[in-house]
This record gives sequence, C-alpha cells and structure tokens, in this order.
Amino acid sequence: MSAAPSWTVASVREALGKKKVSARELASEYYKRIEKRNPELNAYLTLSPEPASRQADRVDAAVARGEALPPLAGVPIAVKDVISTLGVRTTCGSKILETYIPPYDATAVERLERAGAVILGKTNCDEFAMGSSNENSAYASVRNPVAPDRVPGGSSGGSAAAVAAGLAVAALGTDTGGSIRQPGSFCGIPGLMPTYGRVSRYGLVAFASSLDKIGPFTANIADAAAVMGVIAGHDPNDSTSAAVPVENYWEELEKPIKGLRIGVPEDYFGEGLDSEVKEKVQAGIALLERLGCKRIPLQMPHTDYAIAAYYIIATAEASSNLARYDGVRYGLRVPGSTLIEMYRKTRERGFGPEVKRRIMLGTYALSAGYYDAYYLRAQKVRALIARDFSDAFRKVDAIITPTAPTPAFRLGEKSSDPLQMYLADIYTVTGSLAGVPGISVPCGSTKAGLPVGMQIFGPHFRESGVLQIARAFENAGGFAI
Amino acid sequence: MKISREDVLGVAELAHLELSPQEIDTYRGQLDEILTYIDKLKELDVANVEPMAQVLFARSAADGIDVKSHSELREDVLRPCDVADAVLSRSSDAEKPFFRVPKVIER
Repeated sequence: MSAAPSWTVASVREALGKKKVSARELASEYYKRIEKRNPELNAYLTLSPEPASRQADRVDAAVARGEALPPLAGVPIAVKDVISTLGVRTTCGSKILETYIPPYDATAVERLERAGAVILGKTNCDEFAMGSSNENSAYASVRNPVAPDRVPGGSSGGSAAAVAAGLAVAALGTDTGGSIRQPGSFCGIPGLMPTYGRVSRYGLVAFASSLDKIGPFTANIADAAAVMGVIAGHDPNDSTSAAVPVENYWEELEKPIKGLRIGVPEDYFGEGLDSEVKEKVQAGIALLERLGCKRIPLQMPHTDYAIAAYYIIATAEASSNLARYDGVRYGLRVPGSTLIEMYRKTRERGFGPEVKRRIMLGTYALSAGYYDAYYLRAQKVRALIARDFSDAFRKVDAIITPTAPTPAFRLGEKSSDPLQMYLADIYTVTGSLAGVPGISVPCGSTKAGLPVGMQIFGPHFRESGVLQIARAFENAGGFAI
Repeated sequence: MKISREDVLGVAELAHLELSPQEIDTYRGQLDEILTYIDKLKELDVANVEPMAQVLFARSAADGIDVKSHSELREDVLRPCDVADAVLSRSSDAEKPFFRVPKVIER
C-alpha cells in the first residue's frame, strides 16, 4: 500500500517558517523515499539532486535572512518527462530522446522555480504522452502504488504514482485526451486539466498542439490551487497562451457551493461503465446535492463521437509534430547512406510501436484523398462537441461525470488491443476537444480497494469554480465516500 | 477492408518510417479496425458546421471572453538570441554553424 503523502504545500510552508525543517532536509527526505520505492514503481526516470540542492539552499538562505517566502518555497515537485528542464535529461519516455538535455526550461518549470519549488526529477510517462496505461514508456512500466499489479493510468502515470506514493508533494503532468485526469482517477489523487491556453506550452514537447495542456497532480485541492496560481498566466513565448487575467484561486476555494447548478449528462452513465464506478460517482453526485447543489439532467448528444474525432485530430497533429525527429538536430541518429535512409532508420529504431501507429494513422488522415473524409470531418465534429459544452454551460455551473469507465486495470490487460485502449478515454476526450477545464477527484474505492475518480468540468477559464466544488467535496469527505 | 498492405507501405513512406514485414501486417490490421470505428463520424450531418481547428478562436464569441492574445501581436523588436552553441551541441554531428548530414545532392 502507498504511504500517505505526509507533506502539503501549507505544511511545508509552516515548517520552513518555524524552522522545523530546512528545504535541504525535506529534499533529502524525499530522495530517500524515492530510493526506497522507485525501483518497484518506476515513477521517476531521471533524478536531479544537484539543481534540487542548489534550489533548496536558495530557499534556506531566504529563510535564514527572514525574507518573505515565495508561494511554493521548498516544496518538492516532480515534472513529467515531456516538459523541458534546463540541463536535466528529458526523454519523453522515448528512446529517440534518450540522451537529450534541453538547453532551456519550459515556462511552467521556470515559474515553479521562481516560486521556490524544488524539482526532484522527471517522471515516467507513455512515449510522447501517447497512451492510457503508461505501458508505452520505452523505459519501464509504472506500477500503481495502490495496487502494484495494476497500471497507474496514462500518459502521466509516473507523475500520478509519485504523488500518490508520497514521492513528491505535487507533480506536473500533461493532458491531451485525459492524461492527467485518468491517472489521477486510477491512483486516487486529484488531477487538474486547465483550460486550453491557461498554462503556457512553451517547452512542452508537442504531441497534439491544439489539445496539449500542462496541469498539476496534488494530494489535496488547496495544493492544486497553489500550483495553479504559480503556473497559470499569459506567456509571450506561446502564441496560444491566453491573455485572460488569472483568477485568484483562493478567493472562491472555501465558498459554500449551495445553489450551484451541476449538470449530469445521461450520455456518460450508459453502456460500458463499470457498475461499482457508476455507484460511487452517483453517490458523489448525491453528496454534492446534499451540499446544496441543484442537479440538472443534461443531454450532450455528440459524446459518442468524441473518441473518433479525437483520435483523428490528435494523431494528425502528432504525425506533423513528430516529423521533427529526423536525427539531424538532436536526439538519436542512426547513420544511413542517404539523408532519407538516415531519417527512416533513426525513426524505426527511435520510436516505439504506439508512436509509430499514431504517426501512421495521422499521416493517413492527412494524406491526399482522405483529408476531407477524416481530418476535416473530425474538426467539424469537434465543433459540435464544443457546442454541446457551451450549450450545457448556459444551464449549469459545472458538469459532473465519471473520469474513466473502469478502475485501474491490470498491467498487460489491454496492451495488445489499441482500439480498446482508445475507447477507455471516452469520458475525458470530450472536454479535451472543447478545451474546458476539468478535474478528477477521488470518489471512494471499489470493494477490491481500487480508487474511483469523479470528473468536474467547468466553463473556459473557470478553474476557480471547478476547484471550489472539488474543495467542498473534499471537505465533506467525498474523497473517501 | 479500409486499408491495404500497399496503403500501409505508402503511408510509411510519407512518414519516413521503415517497417518490418511483420509490422506492416500488424499495423494494417490495427489501422483497419481503428478506421472502421472512426467511420461513425460519417453518421453526422456536418454540411453546415465550421471546422474547429483551434479552441481559442471558436470560444471567445460564445463565452464573451476577450482572448487578447489573438488580437495583439507583440512588438517587432530585435532580441538577442545567442543560442547557436547550445543548440548545435545537441546534434550528433555538427560543425558550427552547420548540422552535417549525408550528401543530399548527387552530381
């Protein structure tokens, strides 16, 4: 079983302020935990003790001088290995970047460090964030800390496992079709996907640029608000980052949710949903009603088309984005007698099976003669799915659904059937296509002790509202319902 | 059947992927199954729907949010960008200011 994560952003802050612990001691405590648990869990791919110590020393010096501490001072944080870290290896879970060391920090990482966070290392993930089980990592499969014979979910499985096992206080993940929310659900911790454009993608290695988002995993909702407060905001280095003012995530956090309208789409509770998951999420919704929320049945008629639209759009964008791995400028190079042969051999050896499959699917969808039938049609269906959400948010303040149709499945259970793996993303890809914020919060466990996740969607740029409901749910004991 | 062995080879060539005979067969079967599933998109009438390429553009009108990043371009000013050494050092074969690759032009 997982050790309870013993530190939070608030408790680190308090302990540092009262000099009960130093940032350096805290970092070394976490490295000891990692040393003990990581060989079994494979949550981390690379540790960065040297920059972590330097950062911890800076925090300790600020404490010694009696300075006001920045919001994440001394907080040990893990970063998914698709997010660039200056001087620290960033593999994207791929052999093609096995030795790649970025020459710059992602904006989200730079903001964390400016806020005093101590980055412990880089977490395992499905190769280029493509997968729902973490079994597509070229290095090792992450194990679920709650049930080590099961997957942690994916693609941000390492980040979720690290926080759930107490190997980091918080972690950055990325979500393209559910890659923060689904592993959060499987590992029993909150995972927040922000609005598209809320957190800069600068330095995030691209998978599907119109869908990729960076967001936090934490052990509680207050910590999610704390991390969001640091990483959110406009960045001139990302032309798709929005100049919409950042909300004060604390302002609404503790406000009662009485009177809020929660939409429950019937389309999310039909065939394919595990009965225990259904029961728990229904109980979660009933709890929100007891807290004063008004339950409103919703129709979101295009839900059933989301997987098909998502897997065309995401793979089309991926096939284009991953064309850059050609052996010329960085990463693996396998020599060839001609330039084309060098490209082909490099990509053959460097990419794993799922990445190749998605590049093939995306290339096909974009190729002459098929573009209108697949890519253009998928973009139109995307507009219909987005319309389902904007129609819904005229009637409700939030939408509540299960995060995933099942709890964590066994390692190897689905890895030979890509379509079945894709279909399990049904409840998360809708919000991804619409670009709205969504959080998965723990919502009890099955009889076998496997965590269940409940998903809360909010309107664009209303992370505050999503966090407010999540916090009220947490305060009312919903996480252990 | 939606996709033939030849289609797979054609796509692999476009994507610069070298596939083994076994991979070709595996991907053919899997892509066929996935594309057959994706055919469900054809059930919807999308004749009068505008394609959505980017969520931010489509959104601002609906939500009444002013997404400034799309109306404001940054000032066109020179900024120092002295990264050549850092960038070239990541290549397995570079000689400043070039990346070296196999000969491209035959003569």
